[in-house]
Amino acid sequence: MGKVIDRNIDIGPFVPAPDDDMLICRCEEVTKGEIRKAVHDGMWTMTEIRRYLRSGMGLCQGQTCSRLVKGIVARELGVSPADLEPATARSPMRPIEMKIFGCEEVDA
Amino acid sequence: MSNKADVVIVGGGVIGCATAYYLSKKGKSVIVLEGSENIGNGGSSRNGGGVRQSGRDPRELPLAMYGIEKLWPHLSEELGVDCEYHKEGNLRLGKTKKHLDILQGLTDRAVACGLDVRMVDAKEVKEINPFLSDEVIGASWCPTDGHANPMVTTLAYYRKARMQGVRFLTGEKVISLKKVKGRVKKVITENNVYEGDYVLVAAGYESREILATVGVDVPMHQELLECLVTEAEPHMFNQMLGTAEADFYGHQTEHGSFVFGGSSGLELNNKDIGVKNSPSNTSITAPCICRGIMKYFPSLEDAKIVRTWAGYVDTSQDGVPVLGEVDEVPGLIIACAFTGHGFGIAPAVGEQLAMLITDGTTAIDLSPLRYDRFKAKI
Repeated sequence: MGKVIDRNIDIGPFVPAPDDDMLICRCEEVTKGEIRKAVHDGMWTMTEIRRYLRSGMGLCQGQTCSRLVKGIVARELGVSPADLEPATARSPMRPIEMKIFGCEEVDA
Repeated sequence: MSNKADVVIVGGGVIGCATAYYLSKKGKSVIVLEGSENIGNGGSSRNGGGVRQSGRDPRELPLAMYGIEKLWPHLSEELGVDCEYHKEGNLRLGKTKKHLDILQGLTDRAVACGLDVRMVDAKEVKEINPFLSDEVIGASWCPTDGHANPMVTTLAYYRKARMQGVRFLTGEKVISLKKVKGRVKKVITENNVYEGDYVLVAAGYESREILATVGVDVPMHQELLECLVTEAEPHMFNQMLGTAEADFYGHQTEHGSFVFGGSSGLELNNKDIGVKNSPSNTSITAPCICRGIMKYFPSLEDAKIVRTWAGYVDTSQDGVPVLGEVDEVPGLIIACAFTGHGFGIAPAVGEQLAMLITDGTTAIDLSPLRYDRFKAKI
């Protein structure tokens, strides 16, 4: 946090890899190649990747794939995964039906 | 890299990114300074995705209509990213006679501005959207309204502007502006100094502190609004929705999930986590939004909520944005106080501001949105 990042630093071209078709985010069916391409499109934070591709936005909310996504993004940027802030975890922690979520005791 | 450009833009939200894109298309060099670590971190990524004209104030309606006619239809193609734009109408729903009176007033004002919007009765509402509850007795219907994906649209502008050579810096928080020989010139951050012939301040509520450093004040306040999203559901409808009483608003996305936003009514005095610029959900609002939705769409009661979020609206004193040049500070352009309407008009605002900076004129008259329109009541 608080670090100035110049988004125009050259990270080199996108080079296709044999495992680019591998599914990383199972909920939203996002592949490794799509994540790597997104980094070359300028999406350099976990939050931007998530907003751009929907990875980690599905039923499990990234609880399965976020570590994998972080590793892929870090490698593409040439930084340590520890340098990348995780995307914000958001309630509810498990999917919950509207009729249950909305069921509070409310005075008439 | 040089810290000088034709234009320095303070704020990497949808307004800043869109203006940067249109400026670079016209050959201008641009630097965008974003204080947070993410592009589009404020309202740009936290809104409900509405691209509407109905219900808008006559002072900003021309911008909304211009964007929907000229820019939104081909935006995905132009930016090379699918912004998920749907122009399939907006229903503003009513359940009581009082609601219908509110809707009639909004409709009359919009028709006077030349917008195609009309009232529809209970039967026609159900024909447009068969999933609505029988409690809905009427609505206003604007067939040219719609919705898009705000997160992707913001990042698509960023991506294309960056490809066109715009320089973006994140984590670069602006502290003050400085005039040189009577004209705004320097933009001072925590770490660096940037220089531009023009400076655009499009930093949401934070614009206020920055503008104060050159003696300009925009009367606005922050309002916390909250949104929620369901898991993907089978496709039901493509309209954007709102209600006369503002219980909730939202739409079904291309992905199948429903995005709905709303409020608890306690926002003015809500306690958030107390960290500046870090909007957080309260425990009471999302359940309240759910109850509002179920009254209009009973069949959604089993839809699962997977995520909730909150965002600040920079609400202006009179409910419309502050846009344009500043007489006292030549070279300074303001674009803030969007009052929750910024996303839908962002392409038009970006294009018009780029025109203002490049050609000194605009196709849409921005004078009703001037910064100096606020007067004491007596």
